[in-house]
Amino acid sequence: MSDTNSPGVGGEAGDPAGASWPEYLSGASASGHGASAGEGQPDGDPEAEQEFHAGPRRVIGTPSPAAARTMLSGPGSDGGKPAVRELPADPDDPQRAKKAERLAAACFILAGLAGVGFLVSYAIFDVHSLTTVLHSQLALGTCLSLVFLLMGIGAVIWVRHVMPDVEITEQRHPMRSDPADRAAFSETFKEGAEASQFVKRPLLRRSLIAASVPLAVAPLFLLRDMGPLPGTSLDGTVWRKGLRLLVYGTGAPITPADFDTPGALISVGPEGYLDDDDAMAKAAVSLIRMRPGELVFGPAAKPGGPSKPNFTVPNWTVDNIVAYSKICTHVGCPAALYEQTTHYILCPCHQSTFLATEGARVIFGPATRALPQLPIGVDSAGYLIALSGFNEPVGPSFWERS
Amino acid sequence: MSWITAKRRHPAATYVLVGLALVLIGAGYAVLTTSGSASASSPTTANAAQIADGRNIFLEDCATCHGMFAQGTTGVAPSLIGVGAAAVDFQVSTGRMPAAAQSAENERKPPRLTTAQTHAVAAYIQSLGGGPAIPTAAQVSTAGANVGLGQELFEANCAACHNFDGAGGALTNGKFAPPLTQSTPTQIYEAMLTGPEAMPVFNDLTVTPQEKRDIIAYIVETRSEPNPGGFSLGRVGPVTEGLVSFLGLLLFMVLAALWITAKHGKTHE
Repeated sequence: MSDTNSPGVGGEAGDPAGASWPEYLSGASASGHGASAGEGQPDGDPEAEQEFHAGPRRVIGTPSPAAARTMLSGPGSDGGKPAVRELPADPDDPQRAKKAERLAAACFILAGLAGVGFLVSYAIFDVHSLTTVLHSQLALGTCLSLVFLLMGIGAVIWVRHVMPDVEITEQRHPMRSDPADRAAFSETFKEGAEASQFVKRPLLRRSLIAASVPLAVAPLFLLRDMGPLPGTSLDGTVWRKGLRLLVYGTGAPITPADFDTPGALISVGPEGYLDDDDAMAKAAVSLIRMRPGELVFGPAAKPGGPSKPNFTVPNWTVDNIVAYSKICTHVGCPAALYEQTTHYILCPCHQSTFLATEGARVIFGPATRALPQLPIGVDSAGYLIALSGFNEPVGPSFWERS
Repeated sequence: MSWITAKRRHPAATYVLVGLALVLIGAGYAVLTTSGSASASSPTTANAAQIADGRNIFLEDCATCHGMFAQGTTGVAPSLIGVGAAAVDFQVSTGRMPAAAQSAENERKPPRLTTAQTHAVAAYIQSLGGGPAIPTAAQVSTAGANVGLGQELFEANCAACHNFDGAGGALTNGKFAPPLTQSTPTQIYEAMLTGPEAMPVFNDLTVTPQEKRDIIAYIVETRSEPNPGGFSLGRVGPVTEGLVSFLGLLLFMVLAALWITAKHGKTHE
């Protein structure tokens, strides 16, 4: 840090090298060794050129032809070569630079302390329970973030307030290697090919190529993972005639008398499939109890028959209990936000809203089809059962949907 | 304070100010909204004196909308005959009733009536047409409850509206499912039993009293879950957390970029 304001640089103040940056830059542009030099002379080695011309060009990231230009070393290390142009190494405002230096140093010291804090936290926080792991991770993460953040802040302060504030033009130089190097590489390559006898021994060559063919074909085989086609698996759910409706979670069967409170709602699933997540993903059903007269019934429909007429509930209910698929017909979110006052069933993902009293028809949102309704009845023991599966595929549209 | 004067024309000053103001407003709002209280209520045995007392309070505070005989007013307030003491206790103890105004959703606020007054009104309404009674302390006790089953039932039946963590969520037309963070076990029980406002009913035959206790135990349990990083962000899930981190980091990086590249000092001619 203290090298930043090295006394050697101040000693060179009277030197012609102490020219201001704008002069330095205009000198560079006037010298005629701009980007065109690089483009026009593919054989030109930028470093070599700089050696020859000892010109005022400087490419960021390459050793400076004039050692005195570097911020961190004095002109003494320059090996006797005259430095033609120099950076104004002294900042404009020494007072301010001094302040910035201290600030940056403070950041670095704090970063160091945070680093020590990281080591200490590693040592003192045990990781034997979830809570202590939480504390340990929090402490470690905070310390590490502070280290990087403070080092970054210090570096920026350093660059902005201590280093000279000038714009530097970086010249492009050719990426192409020089012809000698290219020739040498080509030579070596040919020598290697010769020495390996790759050309002379076809057995070795061909067996190696043959060995790599399966590897090349392997990615094509992985495409199989995209199949098989779903076939008819999307058309139906596991619901079928006679399956009881069980309360999801407890597995209890339901009688209409149990479920007798108007405005009641419960999530149910098919008997035997409550623990089958794959099946439940499509078979989840909301069971809703309406007040008498609230359901708008349409013409009697046969379970498993054609789709229910719009805006009405087919007579697939028991004692004003109606069962709708819980899977939204838009993109398949669980549409289960039921408002017992308005009878809206709302899907939380995209606000599709279905009217439960009218066959769960869409009244708002991006869904285009009503929620499929499950025909329900009562078995001999008095429990609610499905009279058939859904009469249409549940959930969102798919390519082959009929 | 001279450094403020020096820096106030700094290019990043506006951004810093806006950022600070947002943080302050957010913090202030968070502090304000977490205040509030919930009164613990315990059921009492109704007697004639209590019912008479309740009727007086009803006439004073409720009859304006619900009618002299709790018969309701069409388009304004529902009939209270048959709603039961549990519904009254829920509405009044959460401060939703008496309502401040006709609105899509009556919000929780500090209750206007004391616990004894609330129970008196509840006893009066109960005497009119029966209905679900206020649960006893034993009925809402979470001792020995099956939190795991409670979670399953909560996720299947409650989480759709109230969020998996009881943080609440939006419904249609300005209605919303309130957060359950301040609800007492009694209030949660009463809500399941009576279905206040848009909430569906979960009666004792489909969700048994024991299962209701399990659900309550789950809701109470989630409140003591640790918040990784120290901020709950409403516990509404990874979307909010991701959005907050994204916007926060974005703001930070914009400010950092402004600071790193800002012009300073004199220009070189």
